[in-house]
Amino acid sequence: MYDIKALYEAESVPHAIQLLLEHPEAQIIAGGSDVLVQIREGKRAGKELVSIYGLDELRGVTLEEDGTLRIGSLTSFSHITRDPLIQRYINVLGQAVDQVGGPQIRNIGTIGGNTCNGVTSADSASTLFAWDAVIELTGPDGVRRVPIEAFYIKAGQVDLRPGELQTGILIPKAAYEGYQGHYIKYAMRNAMDIATTGCSVNVRLSADRQTMEDVRIAYGVAGPIPMRARTAEGAAKGQPTTRQAVRSFARTVLEDVNPRDSWRAAKDFRQHLAVTLAERALTESILLAGGVIHE
Amino acid sequence: MYVGKKVTRVDAYDKVMGRTKYTDDLCDKGAYVARILHATIANGLVTSIDVSQAEQIPGVVKVFTCFDVKEKHYFATAGHPWSTDEEHQDVADRLVLTQRVRFYGDDIAAVVAENEVAADQALRAIRVEYEEYPFVLDVQEAMKEGAPQLHEDYPHNILKHTSIRKGSYEEAIQEPGLIKVEGWYETPAVQHCHIENFICYAEMVGERIKVVTSTQIPHIVRRVVGQALGLPWGSIQVIKPYIGGGFGNKQDVLYEPLCAWLCVQLGGHLVKLDIPREDTFVSTRVRHAIRNHIVSWVRPDGTFAARKLESFSDQGAYASHGHSIVAKGMGAFPQLYPCDNVECDAYTVFTNKSVAGAMRGYGIPQAMWAVECHTEEVAARLGMDPIEFRRKNLMPVGYVDPFSKNELYSDTFNQCIDKGIEATDYLRKYEAYQHQTGDVRRGIGMAVFWYNTAVWPISLETSSCRMVLNQDGSIQVQLGETEIGQGADTAYAQMAADVVGIPMDMVHVVSCQDTDVTPFGTGAYASRQTYTAGFSIRQTGQLLKERILSYAQELTRMPPYNLDLVEGKIVRITDGRELMTLGELATQALYSLTHSQHITAESTAQIKSNAYSFGCTFAEVEVDIPMCKVKLLDVVNVHDAGSIINPALAEAQVHGGMSMGIGFGLSEKMLFDPKSGRVLNNNLLDYKLSTFMDHPRLRAFFVENPEPTSAFGTKALGEPPTCSVAPAIRNAVYQATGVFVNEAPVNPHNLFRRFTEEGLIEKEAPGHV
Amino acid sequence: MSKQYKLVRCTINGKQVEKMIDVRASLTDMLRDDYRLTSIKKGCEVGECGACNVLVNGECFNSCIYLAVWADGKEILTLEGLAGPNGEISDIQQAFIDEAAVQCGFCTPGFIMSATEILASGREYSDDEIRKQMSGHLCRCTGYENIFRAVKKTMLRRLGKNAEADAV
Repeated sequence: MYDIKALYEAESVPHAIQLLLEHPEAQIIAGGSDVLVQIREGKRAGKELVSIYGLDELRGVTLEEDGTLRIGSLTSFSHITRDPLIQRYINVLGQAVDQVGGPQIRNIGTIGGNTCNGVTSADSASTLFAWDAVIELTGPDGVRRVPIEAFYIKAGQVDLRPGELQTGILIPKAAYEGYQGHYIKYAMRNAMDIATTGCSVNVRLSADRQTMEDVRIAYGVAGPIPMRARTAEGAAKGQPTTRQAVRSFARTVLEDVNPRDSWRAAKDFRQHLAVTLAERALTESILLAGGVIHE
Repeated sequence: MYVGKKVTRVDAYDKVMGRTKYTDDLCDKGAYVARILHATIANGLVTSIDVSQAEQIPGVVKVFTCFDVKEKHYFATAGHPWSTDEEHQDVADRLVLTQRVRFYGDDIAAVVAENEVAADQALRAIRVEYEEYPFVLDVQEAMKEGAPQLHEDYPHNILKHTSIRKGSYEEAIQEPGLIKVEGWYETPAVQHCHIENFICYAEMVGERIKVVTSTQIPHIVRRVVGQALGLPWGSIQVIKPYIGGGFGNKQDVLYEPLCAWLCVQLGGHLVKLDIPREDTFVSTRVRHAIRNHIVSWVRPDGTFAARKLESFSDQGAYASHGHSIVAKGMGAFPQLYPCDNVECDAYTVFTNKSVAGAMRGYGIPQAMWAVECHTEEVAARLGMDPIEFRRKNLMPVGYVDPFSKNELYSDTFNQCIDKGIEATDYLRKYEAYQHQTGDVRRGIGMAVFWYNTAVWPISLETSSCRMVLNQDGSIQVQLGETEIGQGADTAYAQMAADVVGIPMDMVHVVSCQDTDVTPFGTGAYASRQTYTAGFSIRQTGQLLKERILSYAQELTRMPPYNLDLVEGKIVRITDGRELMTLGELATQALYSLTHSQHITAESTAQIKSNAYSFGCTFAEVEVDIPMCKVKLLDVVNVHDAGSIINPALAEAQVHGGMSMGIGFGLSEKMLFDPKSGRVLNNNLLDYKLSTFMDHPRLRAFFVENPEPTSAFGTKALGEPPTCSVAPAIRNAVYQATGVFVNEAPVNPHNLFRRFTEEGLIEKEAPGHV
Repeated sequence: MSKQYKLVRCTINGKQVEKMIDVRASLTDMLRDDYRLTSIKKGCEVGECGACNVLVNGECFNSCIYLAVWADGKEILTLEGLAGPNGEISDIQQAFIDEAAVQCGFCTPGFIMSATEILASGREYSDDEIRKQMSGHLCRCTGYENIFRAVKKTMLRRLGKNAEADAV
């Protein structure tokens, strides 16, 4: 039995907005795998909840007319992984969220919840950062679209205004067309774990597959919120697909990342991982894009 | 005959059908719910507790604090048999609630409420003030002059220090040409993680207190609840239903005294105390973290001249099982690899941390980590093959321990090692994995273990059994040695069927222990249930059979010595004719108008023997050096547990122990915040218990040398599978990388540190290559 | 404040049921307390151990972190619902017995329900896939080995591969 003051179940997005405005103190609950745990810990005990779990209109993946890939915010991790559009256009996202927790968590956990709780270790977040995802928010003043990097404000805090809820995550066509990517979750065990560090890389190769035209890399747990390593990206752009270029790119991420010392992992270990994962994830991305690594 | 066969577990059907009732399933929904308020300082004194707000919360019945404990009955919690000799009694250092706080998580108050939400709200509303003392988290710091003292009677926080001396270490090391190998080996506090948390409930029935609890040791719980409440032991009734694992944590009297005390304070109302997972980690028991220092002086021919062991065992805040754990580990040291000159010292030391108690292996996993890591290093220093070095030095056949009189009767070690070599293709792989380069390397390694089955002669060994004949010729069997998931009831049913001479489905083992009706027995602990209960089952079964055959004489005129009971039938030995079924006899006996008799038997066996149990683990790994990760490719345990009662259950039990050993070797570790003493990872996400994806196929093999002291030729198998897995994995990592990791677990944090120290990983610095 | 209840109508183990449920209840609370289905076990109450796992519309969920009110209109299957109409044991339950995949039994119901979802797909999974599909459960007794055997053998038998099943 959870210490919940009151539960309001939204029947539609407008109804959810109305409930949130009527109950400004209320916490949104989607799948609940974070919110309910926090209630049990006492952190959010005794609060009102607005449940949006019943909003089936926010479930599923679609392709919009302009080629934008739209992921409904309540789509569960397991449904994202199994979705044919995801598999075709951004398979790495399906692979990333397939490493969240265990099967039951992937059935209840939603991509909206995963991004709205603002934690740096979210397995979906680094890939969404690396693919220039756009967050769609719906509120009393209509729909707002925010690049995911701007959506994250600080640890545990995202740009969600009063009365707003996240209704979708969009991947523009320009962000995915021609790119191949790979995600590595580094954790202490192979299931039921959170990332010590997560690294998502994608690459667009030149027509002859000899040059990296564009490289994007994002991390989880390399700073207080998920982050891109822009210096490294800049350094890799236009470089040949050689072992040396990949290594150089990987070492450069240290100019961008800022992991902290914590009991979960030491700073120097996380820095080491950032480099190792960057090298491996870029290597794999190049191979996926049909390139080869020249020694 | 059923012993030695793969018969199905007697409780499996109910368990897969979802019918089996555990403590929480049996508790009436009208129970009050109790929750414990734990201290948020590591050392100090509670100066005041304000419960006024908490008691205003609707649904809260009452809040009890340490200041409400007027009668101070100190009690010991270890699940050891009581000793009538005061010198040998466990240390009584606990109260149901304590004002003097000795660890972050100590029990200072309890809320009783009508429901869990109100109870949790009340916990958050209680205000506590403390007088804080400095605290100490490290054993060797705790032993220093001026360190914070936890208990007045134990200067330097040393609960106990014992030694072993053999020959003369100091003289022996003078021998010229000796090679000195020295190392420090450390294992962390880990937790049992039985999937059912600790739970109990209590209510008064008449003037007596009934406690239903998830325990391994119902008869001990009765005694300790009596002691903790200052009540006659007979006024306590303890019932143990099926339990969701124990692994030694429930071989401690955890919260039954508090629950019974709360029940009494509330006039006998039913009170349930369900310990959340987070509290199970912090405030029940953990495995002792032990730091071992070993020095070996070795001759170039690979023999030991002298050896020294110093063990520092982290007891945490209260005595619980205390020194017995490290003493067992120390006891193994001079026996496993005998040497003429040995010096051992073991210290058990209080620190302001979670209390350490019994856990599967009872000090031996820690000791084998140290000894088998060290053995590998000695062999490496000598340039000897690690297995050949072990074969040369391991306890020889015919070795007798002067204290326990345990004897190694067979060439067990070589037989187990040979089986492990064959099962893992060790020789070929060991050769193939020499001299590797590259980021990803493989290795294969092994370790052996020493184990003692039961607790004689350190402690009492007694087992009582009752058998009751039913009208249909079936029997009930009752024992105090409990089923805790290990399959004891099934083994008992097999043994009883064979001894009495009836089909196994005619044996009904009463799984639930109720101290009002179950014969006295001290419960499930050590690796002694099959060994110990075997004696009383055999003795009682023979008694029952004698009584049956004696009654058969009245019905058949045949003398008992010409009769036998075979598969439930009275058989005349002289011609093999079946004279009657046992059901016919039992019905006659009960309802006879001339000589009515309820045929039963009950007897106690005191066991004054013990048995060595030996074996080994072989492990093959792949180490990804830049990733600091070990992938376990193959793991094999080989055991000589004497005659195997049930091969399927024995194999299953070995798997479970291996899994616990894998966690111990690779991932599990409780983390204490150095700034506060708080446990940081007290949940199943942050505490890295291995998952389904962290294991390869687990393989178990047996060498069956029947144990001559044993009623059924059997000996320890419950704990031994946990003992040698971690050092085997560590030794495989050494073969792969050439790096010794002496601090368990071999997790990425430790590997990163060691690989960096050894130059396998370069420290990253920002900048281009 | 006064307690808030909601009528929850759902199908539990094939039977249409409805009850007024406290909105604060987890699905574990509802199944254990209101319907006395005690195969659902509480091991952590935060979705980390899998002992409370049940199927909701054919997918596995840890019922401890699933609000009971969300079950409205859903089909719930618990271990108690696996047996046939006359109490016949199902193949996966029998396999857990035959493979000695049960020890203390506390995690068993959750594991069997995850196995049920896997087996219902009719697919043949690789060993690694089986491990992954079963990885939402912790077990301290079995080392997962015999559970793996039970699931794999039942999968192969359902696919008519009896010889392969025997060789597991």
